Amino acid sequence: MNNLLEVKEVSKNFGDFKALNEVSITVPKGSIFGLLGPNGAGKTTLIRIINQITIPDQGKVLLDGELLNPYHIKDIGYLPEERGLYKSMKVGEQALYLAQLKGLSKTEAKTRLKYWFERLEIGDWWNKKIQELSKGMAQKIQFVVTVLHQPKLLIFDEPFSGFDPINANLIKDEILRLREEGATVIFSTHRMESVEELCDDIALIHKSNKILDGKLIDVKRQYKINTYEVGIRTDNKEALEQELANKFDTSEANFKTLEDELKLNIKLSETDKPNDLLSYLGTKGELSHFVELIPSVNDIFIQTVKNN
Amino acid sequence: MNHLPLIIKREYLTKVKNKSFIVMTILSPIIMIVLIAVVAYLSQLNNDKVRTISILDESGLVQDVFKKSDKTTYHILENMSLEEAKLLSKETASYGLLHIGKFDTVETVSDHARFYSEESPSLTLISDLENKLGKTLTNIKLHQQGIDINLIHASKISVEIAQESFKGEKTSKIDSFAKLGFGIAAGYLLFMFIIIYGNMIMRSVIEEKTSRIIEIIISSVKPVQLMLGKIIGTSLAGITQFVIWMIFGGLLMTIVSLVIGIDLFDAAAPQQELLQMASQGSGFNFYFESFKTTMHNLPLMNLIIAFILFFIGGYLLFSSLYAAIGAAVDNETDTQQFLLPIILPLILAVYIGIFTVIEDPHGTVSTVFSFIPFTSPVVMLMRIPFGVPIWQQLVSLLLLIGSFMFTVWFAAKIYRVGILMYGKKPSYKELIKWIKY
Repeated sequence: MNNLLEVKEVSKNFGDFKALNEVSITVPKGSIFGLLGPNGAGKTTLIRIINQITIPDQGKVLLDGELLNPYHIKDIGYLPEERGLYKSMKVGEQALYLAQLKGLSKTEAKTRLKYWFERLEIGDWWNKKIQELSKGMAQKIQFVVTVLHQPKLLIFDEPFSGFDPINANLIKDEILRLREEGATVIFSTHRMESVEELCDDIALIHKSNKILDGKLIDVKRQYKINTYEVGIRTDNKEALEQELANKFDTSEANFKTLEDELKLNIKLSETDKPNDLLSYLGTKGELSHFVELIPSVNDIFIQTVKNN
Repeated sequence: MNHLPLIIKREYLTKVKNKSFIVMTILSPIIMIVLIAVVAYLSQLNNDKVRTISILDESGLVQDVFKKSDKTTYHILENMSLEEAKLLSKETASYGLLHIGKFDTVETVSDHARFYSEESPSLTLISDLENKLGKTLTNIKLHQQGIDINLIHASKISVEIAQESFKGEKTSKIDSFAKLGFGIAAGYLLFMFIIIYGNMIMRSVIEEKTSRIIEIIISSVKPVQLMLGKIIGTSLAGITQFVIWMIFGGLLMTIVSLVIGIDLFDAAAPQQELLQMASQGSGFNFYFESFKTTMHNLPLMNLIIAFILFFIGGYLLFSSLYAAIGAAVDNETDTQQFLLPIILPLILAVYIGIFTVIEDPHGTVSTVFSFIPFTSPVVMLMRIPFGVPIWQQLVSLLLLIGSFMFTVWFAAKIYRVGILMYGKKPSYKELIKWIKY
């Protein structure tokens, strides 16, 4: 079984509102899976269904090949987007409580908490109340509580919100390390650069439907635009620009160069080979820049959502 | 996985360790005692004042009746006109002046009795004066008619009907009052308990919502478990508080009574007058002596078992609704419109309980309301001391358990959906829709 989580044609209605319409996703074991979508697309509903907070109207969810059941609660760690802690309860007490709810024994929870608190350098917070901590500090504790019971599946909904860049990086490294240790991660965020950086697989949900999914690299190939960014040093920029415009589908490009170069995006047809373009351009001047434009997740996101 | 004990423990400990809870637990009995002591002291102060009342009896018939008592001294005026008497009593700062004119017949004398005073006199004073005059004039009239007063006194027969049920249980009027006391105390206790701790549950649900921890929790436990854990944990905290109040309060009362020398237990009893009526001049000693037999006559076993069952049933019924309300709203100010339909039947139950059970504990109204689930816990608890057939208690209890299971189911539905809903306050229509989610 290579897939840790399989969501099969899950639908959910809230009254007349269809929150999910036959959505299926497959999360491979050991991957970081990006669950993307505009606000209100149904991501949170899907995540809640995986967490057994909401019961789907139709479809089924398999975790490690088994239909989802109450025993899976200890296999999942969930950091919701809307998160908080008991304000007037001490940090240590409530971390222990939440860990015990996930099925850890008190002594086990204590040992692990001590380890994590030391790791994140928050050991001296144990007896503080949450209301004495900053938002970022509270987020760290929520993170610890989410991963403490070493779940197979970790679900992070906007994990970096509220963190400063240093702590965000710290958390990112922790997530990567947990993956190394065998955890599978579902990652829901609007920060496309972190999707780009972390995710192996993605799924895009829009208006209750899944409109795109697959390996990130496959998705990018699918959205390949055959466009190359070029920079050429030449004496007569206008003439060359005109010449190229006649021969290819060009548009203005913008990137940093050292000299005053001609900068263009050149789109090739399906049959054209980049090598031919490269040698052709070599005859026209001194080539300083030649890069294939890879669609960013951001572009893909905006493009697909707009087209649907 | 069963996390119920864990949730109950947390709910209990956070409630009990809460500062305002501790302060309330300690302070409430102290405040109560201080209030009672102040009231007792003030009413004693009031009683200690001695009033002087001037009497101008031109008929010469009644002035002998007015003898000095603890609270009143009478100043008998003679040989002066009404105007002079008025002036004099004003000068001597009398509380008032009672004028009895000189007429031929006793009837006219009594018709023309008049009381003059600076302020309107107290009701008790007037009725006391009327009583005294009436008695004396009646005696004079009887004498005039040639009837021997001693004979009348001798022929008076006082009746006290002994009560016995068909089964042979002896009861008395005092029993009835004691039963009423038990019933009202039990019903009222439940009422208070529901209001105080129901609200506490509601607030704790709202707190979980506003602190946004709720989603983290319910990814680990079922919402129903969380709700039940909350209800049970809070109730245990409530029972703890009640027990402390009783022990601490009782202790304080005793100490304060000993130190200050005011009988607080006496002053604290609001039914004092009822008791006096009950014992009709036989005094408190008699009352307390017969208390033992009364205790014996009460269906004690039944009372205790019924109290526990109806208390739990009634409390769970209402507190699950409180939890649902907490889940449905975002903040406490939004709870008002949902609280009203809960509190109304409760208040109704208390009033129906008190009024109809006094009137007739087995009458139609009180019987019917002791079956309707939302009023039955309170009304039934008030009726039980008077002896309610077991089948009625069972039917009422079954109905209560049935509707309690229904409200818990209903509340759990609302709760499950509500805790994840933020933003606008839902309407009743939306709440109904949530059940289908």
